[in-house]
Amino acid sequence: MSWLWIVAIPFAAQVVRISVPYALASLGGALTERSGVIDLAIEAKLLAGAFAAAAVAHATGSTWLGLAGGMSAGVAVALVQAFCALWLEADQVIVGVALNLMMLGGTRFLLQVLYHEGANSPPCPEYGDAVLANPTVWLAVAAAVCVPLALTRTRWGLRLRAAGDRPDALVAVGASVKQERVAAVAVGGALAGAGGAQLALAVGGFVANISQGRGYMALVLVILSGWRPGWAALAGVGIAFADALNFRLQITGLPVLRELGPLLPYVLTLAVLVIFGGQKQKPPESLGKL
Amino acid sequence: MKKELQAAAIALLASMAIGSVLVLVVGQSPAHVWWQMVVRTFSSWYDVGQLLYKATALVFTGLGVALALDAGLFNIGGEAQLGAGVLACAMVGTALPAGTPALVAIPACTLAAAVAGGAIGWLIGVLRVTRGAHEVITSIMLDAIVAGIVLWIANAYVFVNGTATGLPIARGAELPSLGMGGSAANVALVLALAVAGAMWWLRARTTWGQAWRTVGADREAARSAGIAVGRVQILVMTGSGALCGLAATSLVLGHEHAYEQGLGAGVGFLGISAALLGRMHPVGIVLAALVLGFLSSGGLAVDDLVPKELTEVLQGVVILAIAAAVPLVRRASP
Repeated sequence: MSWLWIVAIPFAAQVVRISVPYALASLGGALTERSGVIDLAIEAKLLAGAFAAAAVAHATGSTWLGLAGGMSAGVAVALVQAFCALWLEADQVIVGVALNLMMLGGTRFLLQVLYHEGANSPPCPEYGDAVLANPTVWLAVAAAVCVPLALTRTRWGLRLRAAGDRPDALVAVGASVKQERVAAVAVGGALAGAGGAQLALAVGGFVANISQGRGYMALVLVILSGWRPGWAALAGVGIAFADALNFRLQITGLPVLRELGPLLPYVLTLAVLVIFGGQKQKPPESLGKL
Repeated sequence: MKKELQAAAIALLASMAIGSVLVLVVGQSPAHVWWQMVVRTFSSWYDVGQLLYKATALVFTGLGVALALDAGLFNIGGEAQLGAGVLACAMVGTALPAGTPALVAIPACTLAAAVAGGAIGWLIGVLRVTRGAHEVITSIMLDAIVAGIVLWIANAYVFVNGTATGLPIARGAELPSLGMGGSAANVALVLALAVAGAMWWLRARTTWGQAWRTVGADREAARSAGIAVGRVQILVMTGSGALCGLAATSLVLGHEHAYEQGLGAGVGFLGISAALLGRMHPVGIVLAALVLGFLSSGGLAVDDLVPKELTEVLQGVVILAIAAAVPLVRRASP
């Protein structure tokens, strides 16, 4: 049976690597949404995180600084989102889609301005195929444990959930709803930014549209998990499995699979959403409301 | 009406301000770049024609997105709907016998584009109404899925060996060019304006328009008034998809006269900007399409000064700015 392990272990390692961005993004999305802010901007945070990670790692030669850069970029996008949604009171769904389009074009703009390149950043230090030596893997595991605990077991988590469910209760005890929400959105942005960093640092560079809709899939995971971050992160492993399976199918070289194989994660996400959506737990009561 | 104009004006000014900052980042003078955009675009018939060509497709996708928004649905599946429309339109055009008269060929291709786009819109609507799946999520998933399927069909049946282009469509299906300095501007512009007129009439003068706008304004009130909300939502998404698919008439019948990989890419997303900037009003959408058409053709005209990716950023900025400007105006004048 040893041949089985030769196939299974690299495959499992690949699933783990691919699931990191999904897990981190959905954990961040769950935090943001539980505080009452619709998080359609996850895609933008992944893109910004990936670009910043590649740019910083390229400039400094350090993946650690790259990771920090990616997380900061995620926070920056999150703060713009919070400013538009909470202070300017803009429609949160539209803000999310607008930010995604802005970052899709914005990262390409920066590629052109910084490197005079159309689609690829110059190479930067990378994690490669490492799993145990990849800090974002450990960050994802730690976050998958800590975020649910923080949400249910700490004062911060209690207030965050209050901001999402009963903001008036928060006002009654003299706390600021906006403050709780901004904190949640910022932490969510840092997590999604780290997910983006893994996308770029795994392959040693940024590519235009590197996130390929993973941010939207992360939001689906949040919804399907009934806004429970631990389950959302776990479901991310399922999507990663479909992704990894596609890579294996590509190697077979069958012509139909070349075009349709990459659709596997999207089809799976859509199918799961259609079959299981709308019968789980209710969203936070004040989601999207000011 | 006045508020809508104010919101659009504020959004445009804010977007220009942010665009100016980006121009400064590149190390150019904003005033010079904006002025050159105007001068270079309006100094030749060719460039004006290109502007109109870009605006034509945007009127269709803008009207499509606006129809859904009017009914409280956010259709960001325009990319998929237009992608399918372009492929269907070209495939029907190629399949027609060479001697097919224009009176048959043009309606057949136009219908194919609308049906293909409408089918995807219908699917999004049905998933929303029967399964409660949010249309933004299903739209994005379908954008990816349809793009893959379109590529698969094109590789298998459309592309002429090894190229990324299909066979030319029947001569009868070609829409005449407007002949502006050899530009791509074509008669589909007239069709776009006619569709905008029809949408205005439907929206403002019929009970159908009343129904879908009531659903958009207050779903519960619409239900109480006896409107079949689910049916309206599915119909509206179907119509929205069909309108997005119709942009293929300008791209395929009016200009390329064949299928080409990536034809119409980005026009579906840009339709969101057109719809929001036009404040969902057909006349506003036509104006917004002209402004956005100017941005993208003008962006190409000054690509020796600033990278053309700058206009891509501005498309998103316009959406963000209008989303922020609407509540701002609403609060200022209650």
